[in-house]
Amino acid sequence: MNGTDLWTLAVIVGLALVTVLTRSFFFMSNKPWHLPSWAQRGLQYAPIAALSAVVVPEIVMSQGQLIATWQDARLFAAAAGAATYFWRRDVLLTIVLGMAVYLPLHLGLGW
Amino acid sequence: MFFLPHLHRHPAFREGMRDVSPQSPGIAAWGLMTGVAMVKSGMSVFEAVAMTMTVFAGSSQLAAIPLIVAGAPAWVILATGFCVNLRFVVFSLHLRPFLMHLPLWQRLGHGYLTADISYVLFTRKYAHPGQTPAQKLEQEAYLAGNDFLNWLSWIIASLVGIALANIIPTAWGLGFAGILCLLGIQCSLASSRMRLLSSAVAGVAAVLAYALPLKLNIVFAIAVAVILCLTVERLRPGTPSGGHA
Repeated sequence: MNGTDLWTLAVIVGLALVTVLTRSFFFMSNKPWHLPSWAQRGLQYAPIAALSAVVVPEIVMSQGQLIATWQDARLFAAAAGAATYFWRRDVLLTIVLGMAVYLPLHLGLGW
Repeated sequence: MFFLPHLHRHPAFREGMRDVSPQSPGIAAWGLMTGVAMVKSGMSVFEAVAMTMTVFAGSSQLAAIPLIVAGAPAWVILATGFCVNLRFVVFSLHLRPFLMHLPLWQRLGHGYLTADISYVLFTRKYAHPGQTPAQKLEQEAYLAGNDFLNWLSWIIASLVGIALANIIPTAWGLGFAGILCLLGIQCSLASSRMRLLSSAVAGVAAVLAYALPLKLNIVFAIAVAVILCLTVERLRPGTPSGGHA
């Protein structure tokens, strides 16, 4: 890409507006309405579902395919990370110990 | 919105920051690698900085960059950004009762700054919207503090990634720290059987639907998990549904 043109900048601004639009989607309108209580109850399952939907494919898939080998650093790092969390209830330690398993396997063994 | 004095002077603002702080290395690793990826996939430094400072949504940035570099029509790029961000539409439905007492520009400001981790930590802490003005203010200040540290960790790390793009090798896989961070939060939410079910169903659904374009597998997986959990609740009325960490 040679230099920055106005078109690219306009697209970037447009994407920023898309961020506002999607993150504020249901609270842009002032009209009072209430979500049915079953839907409100259902939403409490959304946060963990959203995290799982992002995390699981990042651990068990590679190039759009389910991985066929157990020799993948991500599997061991995720297992170590989850075990660490349930042991100490600490996200920082989860990241640190998970990476301590991930990096040697990934960089050392090429998994 | 950290720049409003009545929010950043409230004690809940610090509490919000404190609750994000264990996550912040993960957020930073993810921001760093997003910064690196932006430059490596052909954006100029100026464009990458402009994108970091305004778009503030990693997955939509990474999805849009190849399209921008290829000169795709603007509406295609914006529609792609919208689809990749669809999970935020679900989050906004959840956050709506917590914010509707505020004027529009403040709602939009909070919405813009509330990304995945802040949404999850906020709804983990507050199951129900505040009833009194004092409770509402506390929740708003907590959200603002939470958003602020999340934003700061992400922005600083992204700028470092842009600056050091040619030094930091992507092959190291440092971005995996971001996934471990989300995994840790996911474990912190797994406080009831129904939530474990939601997590398991969403994980399997996201893998099965992975071939869907534009990361639509994520919204699909959320919908399947929520509907299935509601169905199980209905079939087994005694099922305890709550459980807050």
